[in-house]
Amino acid sequence: MAYTKRFDGRKLDELRPIQAKVGVIPNADGSALFGQGDTIAIAAVYGPKILNPKHQQNPEKGVLRVHYNMLSFSVGERIKPGVSRRSQEISKVTEWALTPLVMLDELPGTVIDIHINILQANAGTRCAGINAAAMALAHAGIPMKEMISAVAIGSMGGTITTDISKEEEDYEEDGEKAATDIPMTFLSNSEKITLLQLDGAIPAKKLKEALEAGKEACKKINEYQKKALKEYK
Amino acid sequence: MTYKVMKKNVMKAIAAGKRLDSRELFEQREIEVKFGVSNKAEGSVSVKMGKTEVVCGIKMGVAEPYTDHENEGTMMTSLELTPMSSPDFEYGQPSIQAVETARIIDRGIRESGFIDFKKLCIKEGEKVWSIFIDLATINDDGNLIDAGALAALLALRVARFPVYDEKKEKIEFGEFTDKKLPLNVDKMPVTLTFFKIGDSLFFDPTREEEDACDGRLTMEISKPGKEEMINAMQKGGEACLTIDDVEKMVEEGTKAHKKLSNLIETEVEKAEKSEKHGKKK
Amino acid sequence: MTEKSKKEIVIPGEIIAKGDEFLPGDWTMKQGDNVVSTRLGVVEKSDKLIKVIPLSGVYIPRPGNTVIGEVKDIAVAGWMMDVGGPYSAFLPLRECPGFIETSEMENVYGIGDLLVTQIFNVGRTSVDLTMKSRERGALTKIKDGTIIKVNPHRVPRVIGKEGSMISLIKNATKTNITVGQNGIIWIKGDKIDDELFAERAIKFIVENTTADGLTEKVEKWLAENKEGGKK
Repeated sequence: MAYTKRFDGRKLDELRPIQAKVGVIPNADGSALFGQGDTIAIAAVYGPKILNPKHQQNPEKGVLRVHYNMLSFSVGERIKPGVSRRSQEISKVTEWALTPLVMLDELPGTVIDIHINILQANAGTRCAGINAAAMALAHAGIPMKEMISAVAIGSMGGTITTDISKEEEDYEEDGEKAATDIPMTFLSNSEKITLLQLDGAIPAKKLKEALEAGKEACKKINEYQKKALKEYK
Repeated sequence: MTYKVMKKNVMKAIAAGKRLDSRELFEQREIEVKFGVSNKAEGSVSVKMGKTEVVCGIKMGVAEPYTDHENEGTMMTSLELTPMSSPDFEYGQPSIQAVETARIIDRGIRESGFIDFKKLCIKEGEKVWSIFIDLATINDDGNLIDAGALAALLALRVARFPVYDEKKEKIEFGEFTDKKLPLNVDKMPVTLTFFKIGDSLFFDPTREEEDACDGRLTMEISKPGKEEMINAMQKGGEACLTIDDVEKMVEEGTKAHKKLSNLIETEVEKAEKSEKHGKKK
Repeated sequence: MTEKSKKEIVIPGEIIAKGDEFLPGDWTMKQGDNVVSTRLGVVEKSDKLIKVIPLSGVYIPRPGNTVIGEVKDIAVAGWMMDVGGPYSAFLPLRECPGFIETSEMENVYGIGDLLVTQIFNVGRTSVDLTMKSRERGALTKIKDGTIIKVNPHRVPRVIGKEGSMISLIKNATKTNITVGQNGIIWIKGDKIDDELFAERAIKFIVENTTADGLTEKVEKWLAENKEGGKK
C-alpha cells in the first residue's frame, strides 16, 4: 500500500510545527533555538576571535568550527556524554554546509565556534541544528551572503514526504524498511545546496522531486528564521 | 573571565553587605522552572537562576546490581559543562569542576535516602533499575552546584518509569508508565552553597562574585522529621572557615531550605496539575 | 515593497534595494539586480548610497577610538592587550608617558590590569595602542570602580549626541563614566550605590536603543529610579 496518509496527519509537503527563538544564551555572541516538531536544537556562536595556536590560523580568511552534540537524554536509550563518531561526522558536514555563506574573507586569522546541542531528538536533528546555527550566526553579527535552511525529505516507498519524523524514518512496507532519509540544505538567495546526504533506497528518477520538495520547505523555514531575527531587539 | 578590578569591587561590596545586583547577602536570584525540555527523558527540566541555566534529564536503564547491594538499584550523576554555555569551558575529558559538581549533587541525593534503591530491584542479584541523572549547562552565570542540584531534584520528582518488557527483559523506550520513581519525598535534600570573601558569607553568587571568592561550603539539607538534617557537605577553595561561619551557614541554610522546598513543591504540584489536565483532553 | 523603512531590522541575504537606484554601501552587496544586506542591522540611505548599520557583532577597531583593554602579557618592548574582537593589540613601551625601565614594566601595568587606552593604528589583524593623550589623565590605569560590558554597536546611543546622554547619566548618578568604543564601560563614583545606579541606567539605554525619544525615556527612568529602586 502506498504511503498517502502520514502518521501524524500532515500533508505530504507540510512541515512539523516550528519554533524559532533568538538570544537564548546570554554568554554567547549569538544564539538561537530551533524546533521542528519534537526535535529541538540550540546553537551558540562565539567569535570571531583570534585562533590559537597561531599555526592553525589562515592569514587569508577566517575558520568556521562546528561542534554538534546530542545531550544524553535527548533520545530513548541514554547516550554516553561526549564525542561519538556520528557527532564528529555531523559536525563536519554541518561545517561544510555553513562555510559557503559566511564571508570568511572579511575575517582573516580568526575562528568562529558554533556549538550545537540537541535537547530532544525526533529525526532531523542535523537540520534543526543548521537552522539554529544560521540564526545564531546572523545574531552574532557575522557577515553572511545569505541565509541557509535545512530539512529532511523522505521517500516513503517512493512517496516524497517533507520533514520526516522518527516514526516515518522507521516506516516499513511488507515487513521491510521502506523509508529513505534525505537531509539537505538550501541557501536562501542562490538556492544552492550545501549539504546533501541520503540513507535508504530511492528511485533515481524521484531524486529531483525530493530536491524540489526540499527547496520549497526551506523557503518556508527561512520565513520563520527571518521572523525570529527581526523580532529580536 | 572576571576582571581583576571587578573582583576588587565585589569584595568591597560584599564587605559592605551589598551585592552588585542590589540583592541581600542571603537572597536568591529569581528562579524559573520549566519542565519537559526533553520528552525523550523519563523526566526533564530547565532551571534558571538569574542568568544561569542548567538542564537535567533523567534516563532509566536496566543493569546488573553491584555484588554488595544485590537488591538495590543504581544511580549515576553526570554534568556536562558545555562550551556552548561559557567561553571558559572546553571540549575533552570532564574537568575537575564538572566531576566535583556532579559528585556533590550525587552524594546529597544518595546519602539523604531520597531514593528508595531497594524498590528499584527487578530480580535480586540479576536485574535492577539504574537511574542516570544527566545535567548540562546552557548558560553559566555562577552557582552551578545549587542550580544543578535543584534541577536534579525537580527532574527526579516528575520522572516516570518507562515501559519494561519482562519477557524480552528490555525497556520499551519512548513509552512511559504512570509510575513515579520510588522517592522518599520527606527526605528530599536541598543543596545550598555558601561562599566566603574576606570575612563575609553569602550565597547564590553570579559568575563575577564566584570568581572573586576565596572558598565555599556546600550543605545538603533535608528535613525528614521535625528537624533539619545535613546529609552531605563539601568545602571547596582555599578559604579558612571558623566555627561561627559554619553556624551562620546552618542558620541561613535552614531558612533557605524551607523556601527552596516550598518552591519545589509548588512547581511539582503545578506540573502534576497540568499533566492531569492534559490527560483529560 | 522592496525598500525597507528606516528602523526595520534586516537579515543577511535580505533584498534591501532593487535595480540601480542605490549604490551598495557598508555591509551590503550586489546580487544580480538586487542590493542585499550581509548583516543583521538597520538600513540607512543617503542620496544614492544604501548601507546597513549592524545591530550586533564584535568590536571593529578604528584609529582614534578610546577603548578599555585588559593586559594579557608583558613582552620585551610593550604589553599584549585584549581590547575585544579578533585582533591582537599591542601597547609599545614608547607609547607610554614618561620613562619606564624594562624591569619596572609589570609594576606599571601588570597582567589583568584594565587600561583606558587609545587606538592609533589598525592593521589587518592587529591594533597598536597608546597611553599618550592630549587631555591629561584621560588615558589611565583603572584602579577601582565598576566595569560593565555592552554590545559595542550600542555605544553611540549610550554616549548620545555630543555626549549628551552620558552627561545626563553622570549628573544624575554623581559618577564619572568612561565609555570604551569596544563596549567596555568604567563607572567610578564615591559610593558603590551610585555606580550601581549608573550601571542600571546604562543597561536601560542598551535595551531601548531602537526606541524613539530615548532621551526623554531615560530622563523619566532616572527620575523614577532615583531612590535606589530595586531591579
